[in-house]
Amino acid sequence: MDLATFLIQLLNSVQYGLLLFMLAAGLTLIFGIMGVVNLAHGSFYMLGAYLAYALSGLWGSLTLAILVGALLSVVFGLALEWLLFRHFYERDHLDQVLLTFGLIYIFEELRSMLWGDDVHGVAIPELLSQSVPLTDTLSYPVYRLAMSGVCVALALGLYWVITKTKLGMKIRAGAFNSAMTEALGINIKLIHAVVFALGVALASVAGMIASPISSVYPGMGSSVLIMCFVVVVIGGIGSVRGALIAALLVGFVDTFGKVLLPSISGMLVYILMAAVLLWKPEGLFKQ
Amino acid sequence: MSAMKANLERLPKGLQATLVLALLCLIAFPFAGSDFYKEMVTRMMILAIFAMSLDLLQGVTGLVSLGHAAYFGLAGYALAFLTPEGAAVSLWWTLPVAVLASSLAALVIGFFVVRTHGIYFIMVTMAFAQMVYFLFFDNKSLGGSDGLYINFKPSTSIFGVQTFDLDNKTHFYYFTLVMMLAVYAILRKLLWSPTGRALAGIRINEHRMRAMGYGTFKYKLTAFTIAGGLAGLAGYLQGAQSGFVNPELMGFHMSAHAIMMLVLGGMGNFAGAIVGAFSFEILLSLFKDLPNGLGKHWQLWMGTFIVLIVIFAPRGLMGLWEKNKGAQT
Repeated sequence: MDLATFLIQLLNSVQYGLLLFMLAAGLTLIFGIMGVVNLAHGSFYMLGAYLAYALSGLWGSLTLAILVGALLSVVFGLALEWLLFRHFYERDHLDQVLLTFGLIYIFEELRSMLWGDDVHGVAIPELLSQSVPLTDTLSYPVYRLAMSGVCVALALGLYWVITKTKLGMKIRAGAFNSAMTEALGINIKLIHAVVFALGVALASVAGMIASPISSVYPGMGSSVLIMCFVVVVIGGIGSVRGALIAALLVGFVDTFGKVLLPSISGMLVYILMAAVLLWKPEGLFKQ
Repeated sequence: MSAMKANLERLPKGLQATLVLALLCLIAFPFAGSDFYKEMVTRMMILAIFAMSLDLLQGVTGLVSLGHAAYFGLAGYALAFLTPEGAAVSLWWTLPVAVLASSLAALVIGFFVVRTHGIYFIMVTMAFAQMVYFLFFDNKSLGGSDGLYINFKPSTSIFGVQTFDLDNKTHFYYFTLVMMLAVYAILRKLLWSPTGRALAGIRINEHRMRAMGYGTFKYKLTAFTIAGGLAGLAGYLQGAQSGFVNPELMGFHMSAHAIMMLVLGGMGNFAGAIVGAFSFEILLSLFKDLPNGLGKHWQLWMGTFIVLIVIFAPRGLMGLWEKNKGAQT
C-alpha cells in the first residue's frame, strides 16, 4: 500500500468512525442514563436517510433538508419518548428488547409504505461535489471531508453541552444518581426526554449526512445498529468519550480489514470486541 | 435483571390436562391434515425445539440472548456441508455431528459472553451472532448470501436396513414430534436436577449463589452450551426439512422471534415455549394472509402486536392464565 492509498483509507476510516460515533453517542447516553436497550436506534438512522432523500428531492437542497430533518427528528424523538419509552425505563431489559424490536418492524413497514423498497440516491450538494487531488491519479471527494467536519463539529458541540453547560451538569447528575437528582428539584423527566430526543436527532442526522455516500435502502438501519452495539460495548456503556475512541478504533479496523484481509473483514470488528471483553468485560471506559 | 419474577415452573393441573389434550391432537393430526399442513406443523415443532433451547437461558437462567439463532443456523449449515451433491448421508452420524458443532460454537462464544451481565449480555450475544452471520454471508465458499442447497434428506437406514423415510412428510412429522418430546423431557429433567436448581438460583440472585460457593461462570457456560446444542438440533431439522440453508437462519430477526415466542407462551417451564412457538407462527401466517393486500404489510401488524403485548401482557399467554388462576410457583 503506497502512501496516497494509505491516506485515503485513513481518511475513510476516520470518516466512518466519526459517523459511528454520532450514532453510538446517542445510544450510549440512552443506555447510560435511562437504562434502555434501544434496538430501534438503527431505525432512526434509516429514518434520517429517507428524510434527506424525500426533503432534498422536494426542495433540491440537501442542507435545507438536513436542517429541517433534524428539527423533525427532535419532535419525533420527543413524541416517541412521551408515548412509549418513558414507560419502559424501569422495566426489564427483556421488555425493552421486545418493545424496540416491535418498533423496528413498524418503522420498516412504514418506510416501505411511504417510500417503497427501492434503493435511492441522494445528490451531493453542488458546492461540495469537487475532489481534492492527492496524486496524478488519486483524489479525495470534498463531501467526505465536509462530512467528517460536520461530525467533528457535532462531537465538539456535544462535549461542550455535557461538560460546560447547566443542562449538561443535570444530565451528568441524572446519569450518576437519578433519584437523588430528582430529590434536589431537577425535572429528571424533562432531562430524560431531552437526552432521548438528542439521541434520535444525532442518529437521524448521521443518516442524513451519510445518505449521498451510502445511498438510501431498506434495512440500512440493522447493519449500522449492530456496529453501534459493538462500539458501545468496547467503549463502555454510558461513556461518550469511550464511544468516540471505540468508534474510531472500529472504523480503523473495519476499513483497513477490508483492504488487507478481505476474506475475514466482516469478522474482524467482532474479534476486536472479543479481545476487549477478555481484557475489560465492561468496556474500556466504564462509567 | 430480567426474568426475575417467579416463573411458572410447576404446571397447574388444569394446564397439564390441556397440554396432554393438545399433544393427542398433535399425534392425531397427520391423519387429518394435508401434506401442506403437515409441513407447517412440523416447522412449528422445529421452532418449538428452538424456543425451548432458548428458554433454558432466558426463562431458567435469566440470560436474554439476542444471538441464539447463530447456533440454530450453524447446525443447518453443518448438514449442508456434510451432504454430498449427489447422495444422501446418514442421519445417525450427521445429526450428532451437527449438534456437536453448534454446542462447540456455543461453548467458545459462551466463554466470552457469559462473563458479561444485563445489557452487555444482550448486546454481546447479538454481536457474536452477527459475526457468525457475516462469516457465512461474506464467503462464497460457505454459500455466501444465497446459502446452500441440501439436495437429499438424511437417510435413516441402519446397516442397510431402511427404518423410516424422511422424504415422507408423515414420517418427518413424527420424527420431529419425537424429537420435540425428547427435548422437553430432557429439559424438564434438567430443570429439577441440582444443575437446574443452580441455574434458577442464578436467575433469582447470582451474587447469593456465588456467595454460597457456586461457580456461576461454569454453570452459565454449561447452560449456554446445552442451549446452543439443542438449538442446533432444531436447525438441523430445519435444514433437512426445507432443503436449503441461508444466512437469514442466523439473523437477528430469527433470534428476536424466539424471544417473542417465549414471552408469548411464558418462560421457565418449556411447555410455554412450545405453546409460544405455535402461537407465534400461527399469528405470523395469519398476518401474512390478511385479505385485501393487508397481508403485504404484515410487519406493521406484527410490530404493533408485539408492542401491544409488551405494554399490556408482558408475561404472555401463560402469564394471563397465572393471573386468572392465581397459581403459585
